[in-house]
Amino acid sequence: MSAISPPTARVWWKQPLDRVEGTWIAIAFVWCLIMFFMMPYWHVYGKQNLANEAYRTTPEQFTAKTQAMIDKYKVREETDAKIPVVHPPAGSDVYLIARLWQWYPMLELEEGKTYRLHLASMDWLHGFSLQPENINIEVHPNYEHVVTLTPTKAMTYSIICNEYCGINHHTMASRLYVVKSK
Amino acid sequence: MAVNRMFRTCPSTGLVYHEPAEKLMRWNAVAGVVALLVGGILALLVTTTRWQAIHLLPPDWFYLVLTAHGLNMLVFWIIFFEIAVLYFCASVLLRCRLAAPGMAWAAFWLMIIGALVNNVAVFRGDSSVMFTSYAPMGAHPAFYLGLILFAVGALIACFVFLGTLVVAKNEKTYNGSVPLVTFGAVTACIIAIFTIASGAIILIPTFLWSLGLIDHIDSLMYRTVWWGFGHSSQQINVAAHVSVWYAIAAIVFGAKPMSEKVSRTAFLLYICFLQLASAHHLLADPGLTSNWKIFNTSYAMYLAVLASMVHGLTVPGAIEVAQREKGYNKGLFEWLRKAPWGNPCFSAMIISLLGFGFLGGISGVMMGTEQLNLIIHNTIYVPGHFHATVVIGTTLAFMGLTYFLIPTLFRRELMFPGMAKWQPYLFGLGMCGFALFMMGAGTLGVPRRHWDMSFAGNALGYEFQGTAWLMMALMGVCGLAAIVGGVMYLLITVGSVFLGRKIETPGFAHVKARDGVAPAPQPVAIAITSHGSNIGTAGFVAPGTFVLAMVFLTSFILYYFVNWKYLSTVWPLS
Repeated sequence: MSAISPPTARVWWKQPLDRVEGTWIAIAFVWCLIMFFMMPYWHVYGKQNLANEAYRTTPEQFTAKTQAMIDKYKVREETDAKIPVVHPPAGSDVYLIARLWQWYPMLELEEGKTYRLHLASMDWLHGFSLQPENINIEVHPNYEHVVTLTPTKAMTYSIICNEYCGINHHTMASRLYVVKSK
Repeated sequence: MAVNRMFRTCPSTGLVYHEPAEKLMRWNAVAGVVALLVGGILALLVTTTRWQAIHLLPPDWFYLVLTAHGLNMLVFWIIFFEIAVLYFCASVLLRCRLAAPGMAWAAFWLMIIGALVNNVAVFRGDSSVMFTSYAPMGAHPAFYLGLILFAVGALIACFVFLGTLVVAKNEKTYNGSVPLVTFGAVTACIIAIFTIASGAIILIPTFLWSLGLIDHIDSLMYRTVWWGFGHSSQQINVAAHVSVWYAIAAIVFGAKPMSEKVSRTAFLLYICFLQLASAHHLLADPGLTSNWKIFNTSYAMYLAVLASMVHGLTVPGAIEVAQREKGYNKGLFEWLRKAPWGNPCFSAMIISLLGFGFLGGISGVMMGTEQLNLIIHNTIYVPGHFHATVVIGTTLAFMGLTYFLIPTLFRRELMFPGMAKWQPYLFGLGMCGFALFMMGAGTLGVPRRHWDMSFAGNALGYEFQGTAWLMMALMGVCGLAAIVGGVMYLLITVGSVFLGRKIETPGFAHVKARDGVAPAPQPVAIAITSHGSNIGTAGFVAPGTFVLAMVFLTSFILYYFVNWKYLSTVWPLS
């Protein structure tokens, strides 16, 4: 009886378990259960969980909401492309557009305050990748994902795209400012 | 049509080859190796571009080459070789004629045409959409058409495999149950059928969309269904390479499964739960609930992980028992020290097993944990993981099997045996470093599928820390080492198959089954006992393997909680 020939014994399923196998299966199964319950545990006690809140949207609707925010809270413009930088009030809804090959607008948030960040793409899939924090979220067209987040440290962060989105994918980068609250 | 019942018996292994099956296995294996050659050249280009000190290709070529690399390696190389493995497990191991060789040839040519059409579409330059081809990013219709043709061919081949099992049962070419390795191949085949069905459900509408016949493909629907194809196709590989591990353990050591019941149940768990893992890719997506994500990403309750952990013990455990019964019974590890480390068949298999478990398996569970995925999703950690599973796990296991197949299937002597001795080490260890450094860079946020991590000329670019750059450079060095190992494999296989010295056997002939093949032995109703108590220690027949398994578990647990610790330091999200 080897693994490449049929079992020589007719009732091979009656062979008792070796102790080494039985012990290992029991240990491995317990570990599997621990790993399984770790996820619901973190939903209750952990602080980093991806929101389930999402809505259907269209590029037009989402652009309109984003523009309304920019009109209200724009504080300055940056780079040659004159990308607006917005400083929305703490606790508010903030909008971030992902499109070929730009994040729009630039956000300025306050340390320790909580925001509802709305993410949507105007065209293809994009990847919201906040560096150096390394938080990564998929951004879809026609879906508005609402993520509640709390920046922990005042500094300049980067948002890069980490879902391949065509020939200029690697140029799609932006900043996210976190400032001390006044 | 007359059924070809001509067989030959391999003089050195005693295996029985059906004439048409033999030819089909050879052609499928050769087609696979050709895809590996193409994919390997592309691998060199991808590695030397991402290693930014060289940064070889311009961006358009980089994305094109990366697309072609993924398809040729993940789809064409592996599936062609897997079809050869399926035919081997059905026809050779059951000593049975292959059902419907004509259909098998149709399958083969469909797959060839599909692979060519797809490659042409990519190299035309307007289908650089990556292996995943996420809609609404569109490729040329020929891109999808090629994949569909290839999949139809593979599906036909799966049914030829299943048909052969039916023929073997009817013609009583074996008695009792099929061998464990064949059982594993059945698992792979069932998963393959599920995979191809998912592929059809998503690729056919996407093909029609690319022709303008359908006006909208929802991006989330695409990802959800596509991963039923994309991830499951990697699960075919898992089932296939685990079968190959068992086969090599049997071939090299005469190892028998520690317990048929345990190993087969573990394969059954694969069939039931492995497919759920397509959710791994959707953990950072909107529109799916946490309940859905947790249940699916954990394969119900990590039941497929449990199965892999079982195979990870029983394969080396079976080797340990076989070695101890041969007399290498001293201490914990004499059986391992006295293993034939110079036999590439064995060394490839053991590096494949260890690399798959320690690097691929553990990292896969990290990425597949709902919350941990947040700090890993789409970073270069992801290709780090799947190079450990698919390249170290599957490709290296298949390389090991090749060293066995060249003399018995191709009837050629192995060329460059000295080089063959070193090939698995260079390739396997190179790949281990490659995967490990990618994971390291991914932990620091380096994105996958990205032409320029320096963001040169970009006013808003991000400056990665020095360690990330170092990791990417080390990845490049290890990648080149692995590529040299790959070149050695290609030299040895292509050299042996086409130029190697023919193994001449006196009186060689194909003979009719009834003249040349002994009747299948009947299983006996012997009293079943466990392994002899004269080997091992403390009632453990394989104590060395158990110690290794505990080392594995300890690293698993430590790394798992290190990642949770790391997650707890990032911005609170809800």
